[in-house]
Amino acid sequence: MARYFSVQHQPGFTAMAVICFVALYAPILILVVYAFNGGESIASWQGFSLRWFEKAWNNEQVIGASWRSVKIASAAAVLATIAATMAALATTRTKPYRGLTLKYAFINQPLMVPEIVTAVALLIFFSRIKVATGYSGLGYLIIAHTAFCIPFAYLPIRARLESMNLTLEQAAADLYATPWMTFRRITLPLLWPGILAGLMLAFVISLDDVVITNFVKSGGQDTLPTYMLGQLRRAITPEMNAISTVFLLLSVGIVTLFFFVSRKRD
Amino acid sequence: MNWKLTTTAMGLALLASTGLASAAGELNIYNWGNYTSPEMIKKFESENDVKVTITDYDSNDTALAKIRQGGHGFDMVVPSQNYMPIWIEEGLLLESRPDEMSNYKNVAKEWADPDFDKGRHYSVPWAQGTVGVVVNTDVYKGDINTWGIIFDTPDELKGKVNVVPEMTDVIDAAVLYNGGKKCTGDLEILKKVRDTLVKAKPNWVAMEYGTIEKMLAGDFSAGSDWNGSALRQRLQNPAIKYGYPKEGYVNWSDNLVVLKDAKNVDNAKLFQNFMMDPENAGMNSSFHRYANGIAGSDAFMPAEMKGAPEVEIPAEFLPNGVPSQTCPPEVQEHYTKIWTELQK
Amino acid sequence: MARAQEIANQAERKDIRNRWILSAPALLIILFAATGPLLIVLVYSFLTPGPYGDVKWQFSWDAWTSVLLERDIFDDTLSLADAHLSILWRSVRLALGTTVLTALFGFPTAYFIATRPAGSRDIWLFLITIPFWTNLLIRTFAVLEIIRNEGIVNSLLIKLGVIQQPIQMLFTDFAIMIGMVYVYLPLMVLPLYASMEKIDFRLVEAGYDLYATRFKVLRRIIFPLVKPGVIAGSILVFIPSLGAYVTPSVLGGGKNMMLGNLIELQFGQGRNWPLGGALSITLMLIVMVALLAYVRNAGTAEVRHG
Repeated sequence: MARYFSVQHQPGFTAMAVICFVALYAPILILVVYAFNGGESIASWQGFSLRWFEKAWNNEQVIGASWRSVKIASAAAVLATIAATMAALATTRTKPYRGLTLKYAFINQPLMVPEIVTAVALLIFFSRIKVATGYSGLGYLIIAHTAFCIPFAYLPIRARLESMNLTLEQAAADLYATPWMTFRRITLPLLWPGILAGLMLAFVISLDDVVITNFVKSGGQDTLPTYMLGQLRRAITPEMNAISTVFLLLSVGIVTLFFFVSRKRD
Repeated sequence: MNWKLTTTAMGLALLASTGLASAAGELNIYNWGNYTSPEMIKKFESENDVKVTITDYDSNDTALAKIRQGGHGFDMVVPSQNYMPIWIEEGLLLESRPDEMSNYKNVAKEWADPDFDKGRHYSVPWAQGTVGVVVNTDVYKGDINTWGIIFDTPDELKGKVNVVPEMTDVIDAAVLYNGGKKCTGDLEILKKVRDTLVKAKPNWVAMEYGTIEKMLAGDFSAGSDWNGSALRQRLQNPAIKYGYPKEGYVNWSDNLVVLKDAKNVDNAKLFQNFMMDPENAGMNSSFHRYANGIAGSDAFMPAEMKGAPEVEIPAEFLPNGVPSQTCPPEVQEHYTKIWTELQK
Repeated sequence: MARAQEIANQAERKDIRNRWILSAPALLIILFAATGPLLIVLVYSFLTPGPYGDVKWQFSWDAWTSVLLERDIFDDTLSLADAHLSILWRSVRLALGTTVLTALFGFPTAYFIATRPAGSRDIWLFLITIPFWTNLLIRTFAVLEIIRNEGIVNSLLIKLGVIQQPIQMLFTDFAIMIGMVYVYLPLMVLPLYASMEKIDFRLVEAGYDLYATRFKVLRRIIFPLVKPGVIAGSILVFIPSLGAYVTPSVLGGGKNMMLGNLIELQFGQGRNWPLGGALSITLMLIVMVALLAYVRNAGTAEVRHG
């Protein structure tokens, strides 16, 4: 009489889940496959060819944009991680004090506001500064990226910090270590995987940004995503597929690294 | 401790990210998308040891808006002739005096002293062309030389028409279609224009700039477009033809200028001179498929452009051409309001 | 003894001060490049548009009134700005649709991952987040290539003889929604999974032992337990969908605008920065309302099952 249902199976759930996974990966895989298409259009497969990769490699705009993306992402990720580490130290492992929740909300604010609103705000704000100071270098992009990368770097660092208990540091203090020494010799090494995770997360997030960069950039400051956006709106060729494939490999590579680092149990 | 190593690596990355450019000079050009020959740019770069960056824009309005807000970092722009007086009046341009440069003698007679830039004190011709309709004649066999294709779409094309969202082009077309004269301030006609546009919009599938690839892939079967783009499409699919609307079509030209707040003025002037050389202008035209205003460049343009109906306007359609010109500010305002209403 | 208390207090104050100093860089950067500029947007929304973009420093209510009302160009009558309202409605509609669809697809997927053996769960999670880490543009582009007239879906359907002509999927509201579902699905799955992982599956087993059908178990036991996850996921999907800009731009063909595109237009061809500012603030207000609803709901949900 009692029909025993396995907890693991709900009708159709497994099927749905599998469909989801397939549906998530299929479009990307098709895109990658067509990067190797010898022909001009998406519809017809005309043999395997690397010509679009070659074309992208020789395309000055693409190389320039990619290099710029990496530069901005490196700078922003480093700055964001440093700021986030300091902020995490300041807001965790403590009894709530006045302003803590406010700080917490503030640090995570970039996540809660739609990107277009921030983009527009920065457009207006920075254009005033640009006219006033005459400086129109990469600095604006770097600082804008740092700002929205901070919450992303903050989360893994905070998570790691919370899982570290204070006893080791307290022991160090008992042994007459100064706070700075304790930090350098004990806290920092223990925290390191969290910091690394935050750094990689921030890097990928910065690399991927398109909306804010599109509004804030000045002349000749295309990043890879803004270049791709321009191309998508105007002239799509399999070169886009080739560029996307390379970009994909880069992001996936970094995230895989992140996955392994955060899995490490000490 | 390996974290020391990683920190050093991070520090180096930070330093590397502030790296400096290696070329002797720079030039930042702001131009229409898909409009500059990469080959020609490489030639300029190697001849002058200058690193050129090109940033794309889609429409005159975007370009003007971006430059007006300041702090843009560009040295040169390529506005259309009907916007030139606005740029000059707003004080955005540097009087670089192309007419005193060594290659000025190559500028074709009819383009050497135009109304919108008397004596060529500011600009150099980049390209010129027309705005018309492109139709995939495999889908529609009727008369393609009319704005009715986009404003009163025939059944076979319903839901497959694209209209390039360049405000002045579209509204001019609608004005001409309703029998008005370009830049008319006649409210009666403008009302008809607004109604025509709003009524036609449901038949359109998109309002995009990327026409070439989508026409070839079959996402669009017809639309408004520029002639050079149409030629590029026909070369890949002979069924795609360019129509010169009998109600009237606009002749436009785009011109290369130097911005008042450009950082690389010398390189910009070098580039203006460079573009007045027939070989370079010809190379550029081979890429974007539009005619240019430099005499003698024909020798450097590919065979398929010679005699192409997109480039050399057939005699029967010549009288319907209307030159592009700047409309008075009140008319501009009306146009903007109609355009905004269209954007639902 | 009072002295000891004093010392303790002093130490505490010093500690708090240090914490403020430590958090200063992060707070300053965010103030400068994220929160502060929002105030500027508010200010700009009360100014007059300049002739070619930018603003004239003249106070005006125009931007705010034109968010909802418009003046007919020819007969000057004031009426509801149905252009803006239809775009607003489209944005809300598509964002809600995306949220519902991602929940529908995400729920079984999260359940599936949560019920895998503990060792392999990490891998499944990793697999579902990889697409999330690929660039938004690449994912949108991938969807474009699939649903266009010459794309795989249409070609397959024609080959199978189901249809003769390709179905126009691209450049429709449907395309935008598919694009957004594709892009935001992982954002729904992750919180759902986080909730489901915490479920004590013995409760589920108990349900079955008491002769409940699968559906009843789902409805009465599993669903209430994962409600916080559903709400968190919904917020994570709804907010970005509402303010989406890239996906509708690439998949909508410029004809089907969402709020994000309308805002962008004001800073380009529209030449009306104050209106752009007012629309941005409107968007933020809608988001805040949604967030408030979340906080309310999440709070009570936790209390009920705490």
